[in-house]
Amino acid sequence: MMTLLQQLPPECIRIVIAAAVVIGFVFANATVMGYLERKLAGRFQRRLGPMEVGFHGLLQMPVDGLKLIGKQLTEPNNVGGIVFYLSPLIAMTPVALPFLVIPFSPHLQVIDLDVGLLFIIAMISFNTIAVFLGGWSSNNNYSMLGAMRSVAQNISYEIPILLSVLSIVLITNSFSLKTIVLEQSRFWFVLVQPVAFLIFFIAGIAETNRAPFDLPEAESELTAGFHTEYSGIAFSMFMIAEYTYIFINCALATVLFFGGWHGIPLPFGEYSSCIWFLMKTYLLMFVIVWCRWTFPRVRFDQLMNFSWKYLIPFSMVNLLLTAIVVKL
Amino acid sequence: MQAGKKNKPIHYRYFLNMGPQHPSTHGVLRVVIGMYGEYVLSIEPIIGYGHRMHEKMGESRPWQAFLPNTARMDYACALPHQHAYVRAIERMTGVAVPERAEYLRVITTELNRVVSHLLWLGAFLLDLGAFTPILYTFDDREHILDILENVTGSRLTHCYFRAGGVVQDVDDSFEPAVRACIKRMRSRFEMYDKLVTKNIIFIKRTKDIGIIDRDMAVRYGVTGPVLRGSGIAHDIRKAEPYSVYPELDFDVPTGQNGDCYDRYLVRVEEMRQSLRIIEQALERMPGGDVRTKTPKKLNLPPGDVTSTTEGARGDVTYYVAGDGTETPYRLKVRSPCFSNLSLLEELCEDMLLADLIATMGSLDLVIPEVDR
Repeated sequence: MMTLLQQLPPECIRIVIAAAVVIGFVFANATVMGYLERKLAGRFQRRLGPMEVGFHGLLQMPVDGLKLIGKQLTEPNNVGGIVFYLSPLIAMTPVALPFLVIPFSPHLQVIDLDVGLLFIIAMISFNTIAVFLGGWSSNNNYSMLGAMRSVAQNISYEIPILLSVLSIVLITNSFSLKTIVLEQSRFWFVLVQPVAFLIFFIAGIAETNRAPFDLPEAESELTAGFHTEYSGIAFSMFMIAEYTYIFINCALATVLFFGGWHGIPLPFGEYSSCIWFLMKTYLLMFVIVWCRWTFPRVRFDQLMNFSWKYLIPFSMVNLLLTAIVVKL
Repeated sequence: MQAGKKNKPIHYRYFLNMGPQHPSTHGVLRVVIGMYGEYVLSIEPIIGYGHRMHEKMGESRPWQAFLPNTARMDYACALPHQHAYVRAIERMTGVAVPERAEYLRVITTELNRVVSHLLWLGAFLLDLGAFTPILYTFDDREHILDILENVTGSRLTHCYFRAGGVVQDVDDSFEPAVRACIKRMRSRFEMYDKLVTKNIIFIKRTKDIGIIDRDMAVRYGVTGPVLRGSGIAHDIRKAEPYSVYPELDFDVPTGQNGDCYDRYLVRVEEMRQSLRIIEQALERMPGGDVRTKTPKKLNLPPGDVTSTTEGARGDVTYYVAGDGTETPYRLKVRSPCFSNLSLLEELCEDMLLADLIATMGSLDLVIPEVDR
């Protein structure tokens, strides 16, 4: 075994280990996030949440995952063949890629791309294709409505995300996430760009199809929206992708506005500052869960109006003001 | 927003089959919607999945045996149905009701109305996509249901009224429990106001949505909070007072626009008024018997009687015709939800799908009552 490892080039080993770590993290995050969401929902709703499996229901999510893997994959009549099975994979595959450029701590980053920011935003957009293909190929009117909503929603909310992110880029003169975090060693950008943060955060909730903008899966209208016909592991792939995108969105918000890994130095060694990073990220995720269990759902046209009439103009003005102030 | 029907060619219409199993049809209602994109072009409610032949059952057995059936039509608010039925029987046979029994009937009915409106509030917000309020309202509901369970013996299908009174008197714990419950509910309404009434998304989703004007409401025979939301102060408790309602002081809340938001406000205000009624009734409730002795076998004299009460959803009317035997010759129930549902077709044309869900929720439909 050791000889085999020695014969392989070290780059190869690093790639394999990194891939295993990232995929492990994706599943772990989905588990933690699912557990937290159910527990928090319980708290908000004056009940306990999962309590039976394991200590305070800690094992509920892994057991649910096993159950979903064991379930039959049902296929409705006349579905779009290969596309129907391809779309959960399309949803699941690119979720690991954004982890490559996220700087968890000064040295805990796989690769510091010069265009890391654009790379992440491009990867997040993949989800739209998966949701659209899944809903379209399901041969179900509810799924189709969910798919159409998803496309319209994601396209119109990508614009405010990009515009609000650009104001940060104007300040730092860089698309590299590591540089952006390093620039925040004195103060967090949320202090100078609160409007950009708000727009980014709201648009991020809409981009990840979370309540109150969860129109593609609006269960009181469209039963389950685009994943109505998906069962078992295909359904859980969509769910894992959704939870991961929430994490990536919040991680991006942490990097751009909350100073990334910066915080009071911790005594646990070189990589310990990633604790700060994860704490900030999960705090933002808590806010997203909080919103979900508090607000009613917006209507579809209101959602589009909100983006085109408010978020985009405001983010443009914000960008313009930033440009003027920076270049003065 | 209102693009008009001519911009949506009928040959692009596709059908969305909503129900019988759908989260927002609240039971076994099936709605076939002709859609153009997100717009509703035509809508056809299909009922009958929960039909149990209650009226025929009433015509084929002694009238006493029909009492439990009355509680199983509108399972969310059973007592007004029962009240209407026993009143019809009492008027036919001339059985007198002790005053204490009348007060007990009013108190339990109003408690039941609050229970029903709380259920509606939670379900309506669930239709709008807010998950949490339904658990809050169910929490409140539990407290009232516990009281009703102590009194009537069941949590939903209360069978408490008899011709000539109520089946049993309440115990000593009843009054303190009701008073505590009223106090608690008043504080909860403030919380609901903060959580719901002033929520910008909620207002945007309900204001000017599903407007039922006065003319339309009258044409379809709409009753209850839906009618009052359209600005017509018609309440059987005031219009044709029965039981001890004339002696109690309460307001009939009305809306102005007849939209979903008005119907919401009317129902919330009705809960407050119900609490007022209960408080007054507790003050004035005399002692004494709760049931007049009636013969075991009580024949219904020839002739017919109609009796109407104000249910949580509107006028509940029971028509009973007797032919000198114990079994009613004919029994007909007029349930409010059937009329309230019938206007859906006209109301929801040219609407967005999400608005259709909100409008249907605001009508407060209980499908087993429609089907009977």
